[in-house]
Amino acid sequence: MRHIISMLVENESGALSRIAGLFSARGYNIESLTVAPTDEPSLSRMTLVTSGNEDIVEQIKKQLNKLIDVVKLQDLAEGEHIEREMMLIKLKAAGSNREELKRLADIFRAKIIDVTDVSYVVELTGASKKLDAFIQAVPEGLITEVVRSGPTGIARGDKGLTL
Amino acid sequence: MELSGGEITIQALIDEGVEYVFGYPGGAVLHIYDALFKREDQIKHILVRHEQGATHAADGYARATGKVGVCLVTSGPGATNAVTGIATAHLDSIPMVVITGQVPTPVIGSDAFQEVDTVGITRPCVKHNFLVKDVRDLATTIKKAFYIASSGRPGPVVVDIPKDVTDPGIKIPYDYQRQVSMRSYNPAVRGHQGQIRKAVDSILRAKRPVIYTGGGVVLGEASAALTELVRTLGYPITSTLMGLGAYPMTDKQFLGMLGMHGTYEANMAMHETDCLVAIGARFDDRVTGKIEHFCPHAEIIHVDVDPASISKTVKVDVPIVGPVGSVVTDMLACLRDSGASPDSDALAAWWKQIEDWRNIDCMRYDRRSGLIKPQFAVETLYKVSGGDLYLTSDVGQHQMFAAQFYPFDKPRRWINSGGLGTMGFGLPAAMGVQLAFPDAQVACISGEASILMCIQEMATCKQYSLPIKVILLNNGYMGMVRQWQEFFYESRYAHSYVDALPDFVKLAESFGHVGMRVDKPDELEAAMREAFAMKDRFVFLDVIVDPTENVYPMIAAGKGQHEMHLPPTMSERELA
Repeated sequence: MRHIISMLVENESGALSRIAGLFSARGYNIESLTVAPTDEPSLSRMTLVTSGNEDIVEQIKKQLNKLIDVVKLQDLAEGEHIEREMMLIKLKAAGSNREELKRLADIFRAKIIDVTDVSYVVELTGASKKLDAFIQAVPEGLITEVVRSGPTGIARGDKGLTL
Repeated sequence: MELSGGEITIQALIDEGVEYVFGYPGGAVLHIYDALFKREDQIKHILVRHEQGATHAADGYARATGKVGVCLVTSGPGATNAVTGIATAHLDSIPMVVITGQVPTPVIGSDAFQEVDTVGITRPCVKHNFLVKDVRDLATTIKKAFYIASSGRPGPVVVDIPKDVTDPGIKIPYDYQRQVSMRSYNPAVRGHQGQIRKAVDSILRAKRPVIYTGGGVVLGEASAALTELVRTLGYPITSTLMGLGAYPMTDKQFLGMLGMHGTYEANMAMHETDCLVAIGARFDDRVTGKIEHFCPHAEIIHVDVDPASISKTVKVDVPIVGPVGSVVTDMLACLRDSGASPDSDALAAWWKQIEDWRNIDCMRYDRRSGLIKPQFAVETLYKVSGGDLYLTSDVGQHQMFAAQFYPFDKPRRWINSGGLGTMGFGLPAAMGVQLAFPDAQVACISGEASILMCIQEMATCKQYSLPIKVILLNNGYMGMVRQWQEFFYESRYAHSYVDALPDFVKLAESFGHVGMRVDKPDELEAAMREAFAMKDRFVFLDVIVDPTENVYPMIAAGKGQHEMHLPPTMSERELA
């Protein structure tokens, strides 16, 4: 099963490699990993997507918690949560394709943020599956480049993952 | 008080109460060594002959005393040489602080002379590591290193200090905190009382219970509480290699070691038990054998300070996270409060079954042999030393024979590399033990292959007059490798024969020690007595043993606990 693990991590050099190294050393799956600072300068927020049976995911969480740089951890998949991923996708947009791609972007509520004679850059935010669907919907051969952020997420309700 | 980084490093060690630093100087740590030079009245430095020796010596010191072992090595090769010792300590959860020099901060990343990414290299084999980039963080970092190394599940911590951080020209106010707290690190201090009650209920309901203990009992100083619990219950107890001595091995409730070279009775009891109480043990593959066959009938209770150890390989029914000493004490209290006692009829029947297994005498060997059997050598060592040694070991057959035939009645007496299985561990570890307990009898049991891996430390033993006794079980082979090749590779002995061995007697003498050799069983005891009688000398006793003896019983890798090879002198029928 897919799990999305959200962590508060000490903003120290080496914290990221400890986490990435844990996954490679112990042979765990890692589908995506995003890192950015938070409102508290000494902390980073990491969102990590992994998969495995319940026993393995339980071990992953325990091993992550054991790392000294991991301050707090939450498995978002355990409760109601919201997930978003952002994609920037560069499309070949010449001739008749221009109109079709514009329509497609509108259907997905994506934004065209860069335009040349022959290309568009489209920005699309949503659940990862929505991004997959957009890529699927683009006619074959028109994709130049796909850049995805990897999912980030937050639990629903008033409780937060804070210190 | 204003101090430089080098002085802070030494002052912090003094403030931590560090007695010995095991180390080897080099460019990147010269400022620290200069600071040390002025303080040797308060902290003693032991100059080893290879950084691996420094780490094992600090490790041996830590295992014997329970205190944090400390090493000081230089950057680059100093640090990489220390890695084996750091990994050894990591796998056995030994508290250690390793200070490594690093090239100056401005040149980090430039492939400078003697530069390696020490923090990167050691990351997977430490409990935690630090790179100190600012002298103002140095004292706090060292404090944190000691706190992390010694609390919770202990382990090695590396503090990497660039040379400019120790610059004698930069002095800052020094203030060493007595305590440190870290928001991201809060080891468990007590077990969950509800879980403990649940465990005690299960323990009392058991018909065929077994208590299975490991190194955690030694590390957690839980020996006395454990012994009381086991005696109160009257249950059988077995131990991993790392836990030997935590419960008196000469006691009749002790079934011997379990696992790959464990006793028949211990492994069969594990296979048949309906209630397994695992305390400070981690279900290592050398213990469990094939997981599918492990304790098939048991409800499993697991006490461990590290939550990640619980249900890692074997699914546990009643997990209890907490320091084993406090949890076992709470279990005893809970047991007394309940007023209940174990099912005595069931227990009597269980003990009868266990005695039947015991009577198989799974560790018997040929006592009439004209060659010295390694088992006989260990039994003689036990006799001569009165069972009161601090015994360090290298890795291989001699290690297993020692674990089987030298019953330790106290914790911290059996010092060996269990998890990583590091050949070369024994001699330097014995140095750490002997320094910690100058008046104690310290011996290192080894093989002629293992001992050569850190043989240079004989020079250190000379320099510091360490009266260690090396008991070398010399069979001319890497015995355990040879045994596996005999069993699993149709006796194709690929490179397990050590050709061109040195004359160990002369070798010991060349280092300024006493060398002795014995090859006849009836001369062994007298030779050992002579060796131990030389109380102030390092004696290297080269014992020529039967080259083809194997360690029995044995569970082949991937087999179940009940599928043991027994000594060949017994027919399969005797077991039926």
